[in-house]
Amino acid sequence: MSAGALDFDRIDITDVTRQYGRRRALSRVTLSASAGDVIVLLGPNGAGKSTLLNILSSLLRPTSGAVRYGDTAAADAGDALRGRIGFLGHELFLYSDLTARENLTFAARLYRLPDPDGIVERGLVRANLADRADDRVGGFSRGMRQRLALERALLHQPRLVLLDEPFTGLDDRSADALVERIAELGRHGSIVFAATHDFDYAARIATRATVVNRGRCCELPMDGSPLLTRYRTALAVEAA
Amino acid sequence: MISVLRSAWLIAAKDLRVEARSRELVYTTVFFAVTAVLIFAFSFVQEDSTVPPGAASGILWVTLTFSGTIALTRTFEREREHDTLRGLLLSPVERPAVYLGKLFAVLLLLAGVEAVLVPLTGLFFQAPLGRAPGLLCLLLATGTLGFASVGTLFAAMLVRARSRDVLLPVVLFPIVVPVIIAGVRGTNALFTPETDLAVVRMWLAMLVSFDAVFLSLALWTCGPLLGE
Repeated sequence: MSAGALDFDRIDITDVTRQYGRRRALSRVTLSASAGDVIVLLGPNGAGKSTLLNILSSLLRPTSGAVRYGDTAAADAGDALRGRIGFLGHELFLYSDLTARENLTFAARLYRLPDPDGIVERGLVRANLADRADDRVGGFSRGMRQRLALERALLHQPRLVLLDEPFTGLDDRSADALVERIAELGRHGSIVFAATHDFDYAARIATRATVVNRGRCCELPMDGSPLLTRYRTALAVEAA
Repeated sequence: MISVLRSAWLIAAKDLRVEARSRELVYTTVFFAVTAVLIFAFSFVQEDSTVPPGAASGILWVTLTFSGTIALTRTFEREREHDTLRGLLLSPVERPAVYLGKLFAVLLLLAGVEAVLVPLTGLFFQAPLGRAPGLLCLLLATGTLGFASVGTLFAAMLVRARSRDVLLPVVLFPIVVPVIIAGVRGTNALFTPETDLAVVRMWLAMLVSFDAVFLSLALWTCGPLLGE
C-alpha cells in the first residue's frame, strides 16, 4: 500500500454543511463508518450525494463541521490521506489517448506503488481487459472504461473507497463482478461509500443504507424489508 | 524535493505522450506561429527587403505569447475533458508537483514552437540569430519560463471557469507584460547592428529576477489555488 504512514479504521462526519453560494448542498450531516462497512447513499438527483463523496475524498472542504479519518482531521492529513482514498466518479479520470495499460501504469506510479508493472497486470486481468491492454481507452465502450476506472481507483488498495454510480454502463456480468468486488473490499477492511440509483445492486452490496435528500442524511434500518420500500418510506416520512 | 520533481516529471511525461499521440497542440500552436509570422512579414517587410528596426524581436515575442496562450488553454482543457485534473488532485502527489508537471510539459511544447518560430523570424526579418546564439537561447528560455510559470498557474485556476478561454488572456497578459517587455528589449538589443552585450545581459538578469519571483509565488500559491 502506498502512503502507509496514515491509516484509519473509522470515519466520523460531524455536523457537516456545504454551501455553494446561497445553495445549501449538505445540511448538518452527521455520519460514522467503520472498517468493513459498505454504505449505499440513496437519493434523488441533486440531493447532495456527490457533494458528500467529494467532501469525504478531501477534495472539497465543508463550509462548517468536521470530517475525521481515525484520529486525524481532514485538514491535518495532507497528501498522505489521499493515498488511502480510492474514488470512482461520474467522470472516470482516464486519458483517452493513452492505452489501458498506460493509464494504470501512470496511476500506479503517481501513487508510488511498489512493483507497478505487476500491479498493473493484475488490474488489467481483474478489469477483464488483458487482451485490450494496449488499445487506446478512447476506443473503449462505457462499460470497459468503467471497469478500467474502477481498477484505477483500487490499484493502491485504499482504505476508503468512494463510488459514484459505479454500476453505470456495466453489463450484468460486469455488474455482478463489481458486487463481488465491493463485498471483497468490505471483507478486507475497506470502508465503502457507494452512491447509486440502482436499488437491486444497492441491496446486494449494502451493509448499511443512508438516504440523502435535500442535503440531509437519514440512515435506513437494516430490517430485511426491500430497500426500495424502506427508501420510499423514509422519503415519505421526511416529506410529511 | 526529489519526490516532487519525480512526480512532476511523471505528469509531464504523460502530457508529452498524450501530445505525441494526438499532436493537436503542436499542430495548432506551430500553425498559428507560422501564420502570424507570415502575416507580419507581408505587413512589415518592404519591397527592397528592408525591415523596420525592432520588428523582429517584437514579432517573435508577440507570436510566442499568443502561441503560448493557445497551448496553455488547450493543455488544461484536455485535463478537464474527463475530469482527469481531479484524478491528479486526488492522488497523493504534492500540489507543487502537479503544477510543475504541467509547467514542464508547456515549456517543452513551447521550446518546440520556438524551434520553428525563431529560424522563421530570422529568415523573414533578417534577424542575426548567429550573433550571440547562447544569449538568444537564454533570453528565450528565461522569457518562456516567466510567461509559462504564471500562465500555467492561471490556466489551472481557470480550468473550471465557464469563460476560461476569454479570461486567461485577460488575467495573464497584464501580469506577464514585464516579462514580454524584457524579452523584447533584450532580443532587440541582441539583434541591433551594434550589439551591446551589457544591455542584453541587463535584460537577461531582469528576466531571471522575474522568473524567480513568479515561480516562487506560483509554487507557494498553487496548493490552495488548485485545491477546490
